[in-house]
Amino acid sequence: MFEVFVWSLMGLVDCYIICCRHVKEGVSTSIKMESCNCIEPQWPADELLMKYQYISDFFIALAYFSIPLELIYFVKKSAVFPYRWVLVQFGAFIVLCGATHLINLWTFSMHSRTVAVVMTTSKVLTAVVSCATALMLVHIIPDLLSVKTRELFLKNKAAELDREMGLIRTQEETGRHVRMLTHEIRSTLDRHTILKTTLIELGRTLALEECALWMPTRTGLELQLSYTLRQQNPVGYTVPIQLPVINQVFSSNRAMKISPNCPVARLRPLQGKYMPGEVVAVRVPLLHLSNFQINDWPELSTKRYALMVLMLPADSARQWHVHELELVEVVADQVAVALSHAAILEESMRARDLLMEQNIALDLARREAETAIRARNDFLAVMNHEMRTPMHAIIALSSLLQETELTPEQRLMVETILKSSNLLATLVNDVLDLSRLEDGSLQLELGTYNLHAVFREVLNLIKPIASVKKLMITLNLAPDLPEYAVGDEKRLMQTLLNVVGNAVKFSKEGSVSITAFVAKSESLRDSRAPDFFPVPSENHFYLRVQVKDSGAGINPQDTPKLFTKFAQNQTLVTRNSGGSGLGLAICKRFVNLMEGHIWLESEGLGKGCTAIFIVKLGIPEHSNDSKLAFGQKMSGHGQTNFPGLKVLVMDDNSVSRSVTKGLLVHLGCDVMVVSSSEECLRVISQEHQVVFMDVCMPGIDGYDVAVHIHEKFTRRHERPLIVALTGNTDKVTKENFMKVGMDGVILKPVSLEKMRSVLLDLLEHRVLFEAM
Amino acid sequence: MEVGQMQRSLVDYTKSLFLEGVLDGQFLQLQQLQDDTNPDFVAEVVSLFFEDSQRLLNDLTRTLDQPNVDFKIVDAHVHQLKGSSSSIGAQRVKNSCIAFRNFCEAQNIEGCMRCLQQVKQEYLLVKNKLETLFRLKQQIVAAGGSIPVMELSF
Repeated sequence: MFEVFVWSLMGLVDCYIICCRHVKEGVSTSIKMESCNCIEPQWPADELLMKYQYISDFFIALAYFSIPLELIYFVKKSAVFPYRWVLVQFGAFIVLCGATHLINLWTFSMHSRTVAVVMTTSKVLTAVVSCATALMLVHIIPDLLSVKTRELFLKNKAAELDREMGLIRTQEETGRHVRMLTHEIRSTLDRHTILKTTLIELGRTLALEECALWMPTRTGLELQLSYTLRQQNPVGYTVPIQLPVINQVFSSNRAMKISPNCPVARLRPLQGKYMPGEVVAVRVPLLHLSNFQINDWPELSTKRYALMVLMLPADSARQWHVHELELVEVVADQVAVALSHAAILEESMRARDLLMEQNIALDLARREAETAIRARNDFLAVMNHEMRTPMHAIIALSSLLQETELTPEQRLMVETILKSSNLLATLVNDVLDLSRLEDGSLQLELGTYNLHAVFREVLNLIKPIASVKKLMITLNLAPDLPEYAVGDEKRLMQTLLNVVGNAVKFSKEGSVSITAFVAKSESLRDSRAPDFFPVPSENHFYLRVQVKDSGAGINPQDTPKLFTKFAQNQTLVTRNSGGSGLGLAICKRFVNLMEGHIWLESEGLGKGCTAIFIVKLGIPEHSNDSKLAFGQKMSGHGQTNFPGLKVLVMDDNSVSRSVTKGLLVHLGCDVMVVSSSEECLRVISQEHQVVFMDVCMPGIDGYDVAVHIHEKFTRRHERPLIVALTGNTDKVTKENFMKVGMDGVILKPVSLEKMRSVLLDLLEHRVLFEAM
Repeated sequence: MEVGQMQRSLVDYTKSLFLEGVLDGQFLQLQQLQDDTNPDFVAEVVSLFFEDSQRLLNDLTRTLDQPNVDFKIVDAHVHQLKGSSSSIGAQRVKNSCIAFRNFCEAQNIEGCMRCLQQVKQEYLLVKNKLETLFRLKQQIVAAGGSIPVMELSF
């Protein structure tokens, strides 16, 4: 503005000068016209004025010249100035103005025409330039002004950025603090340490006066002061949990400023004149273990919170800044997480301890159970032997007694004794068997045997009883029933005997029919046996046996009880028939062991009963079973199994000698008979594979013969197998036989089947001590 | 008598023998041993039994008649007889032999004498029965029929 004023002044001055000039020109011209008028200036002060004009013109010119120089100088100094052209123009304008004024100096006195011309030129130029400049300025000045505004704007921006920088810095600082705090808090898994560390670190970071943690009590109705920063052992202040300020804090997850006067904040006695510092409270969620599902984060609705209260130092005029509040919130969350980890750890440690205890207890229980089982097995083993021995004696002696001469009363008594002791023996056997079965320690003894023979044997055994009761027994073996099967012959026979025995027992009259056939898949699945899933396979077949009797029948209600131990059906069974009720239970277990099923069908009382069982038996292989190969050569009733087997029979009783010989010949052996031991020793040679010697011969000691045979054939494979035929089967005899080196003992009389199986066993195993 | 009837009567007769206990399962065993390679096995064994038993009984009678009875010898004979009879399935004979042996061990002469009588009786009975049985069989064979195979049922 000042410059504008100056310029306008100059402009005005110029104008005045020009006017004066004109006047002066006129005057001087007129003066010149009247050249010799010698009118001397009326104004003696004219000279003074002229002098002042002269000086000021000079100074104006100087200024005019120096200003552009200054401009140039300063613009050169500043690197950036966008309007150089304007500057040049301005410079030209000023220079010309200056020139004009300078030349003006010469026009005060008389001047030549050249000077006038120069003056005119400069003036013209000056006029042009100044007009151009004036026009230019109209455009330029708004721009220049706007530069100013831009400058202002940039300054504001810079200030703002500064502020933001400050903010970021504080945030980063806060983050660092949080990380550090978190690190401290999470470096331990102990609850107390976590909380204590939190308070300490917070106190340090934020320079707090006091920091306290209020935990909810067990009842959940109060908050109890649990930890503080400054006081070592906080006395148990409690505060009811339903205070409005507490509710407010709990309802939001932000740190809130609370009044220093509220009960949670009044931790220290107020020190009168001091202005207590600002207090902030934040909730700390306590995650209870039961809130955790494995896959989702626990709901925050049913939660317990603890309260953390932080107090700034009194009288410090410090305020809670936003970033400090954020720090507190983050720390509270971290504490919650750390506490939950600690809780989980505690829980898992507890669980592990519990498991260890349980393990120990289980181990103890197992050992006790094992001891108990061992004790029981020992007991059973002992009882087995101890019970059977006297039983055996009683039965044997009673039967011997029976064959002596007795009065009818005595006979009755002996018969009763025999019956009772037989019952007892059966009971003992049953119990021992059943206990072994239930143990699971019973295993089937598999072997190949003649299936048809089993049925025939059962029939033989049951015939006497049936004949007494005048029952007719029929046996029907299906034509496709294999002759040989693989399985446990003894147990099958036991089962069959039991079932048939029951049929006979419960039938007072009529008949009992036994049918046996191979079960095909349709007949395998029976509606009465829903959980029996027979799986037919290559090497096995299912034997189905039906025993139908015409006895008293069974009440359908009693059917489930039939197979339970010791449960007798009292309505049917008269006391006389005896039995302990174990029979069917044992049968069921045997049948189950054979992967089969047994059940009874009856149409009702008085309508008879059918016992049906299906068992899985193996089919003996043809390739590696030489016995079967022999068995193919059937001739009539019997089967020759041992073609060409050289056998020696030593027996002094001609009848039994010929019977034995007949047996062996029937089996295809090549039999030589001798009637004395001397003859035996004379005749015996390596070719004889088996020697059957009757050792009941009085006066001739079978033992000696055996010893001699051993002496004669020192090497085992040369020696014939020695089998004793005897009517005496007690243990002592058996032991004696074994002592002298006999390979087997057979009880006389020998049936065909027995002989056959004995020979089979003998040739296979080279030893036989079972054929009793 | 025509063959069927004869066969039936044979079966019944055999059944009765078993029911009465004169013969036991061992006899059936013997019958099983008889086949085409050994067609007269049973007859042979039975006749052997008759011979043997006759001899033994005679020996027993003689021994027991002695003033000083040698029980050992008696026992030996009875043992033999028991063996034979059990081999052939003459159940009753065998049983009476068992009783006989007990008395022998007791050295009871009167008991032995009584037993001997019993044994003789039983022996004669079984001999009789078996002879009848064979005669029946021969008749059937002569009439052109075949001996029915013993069913294992009553």
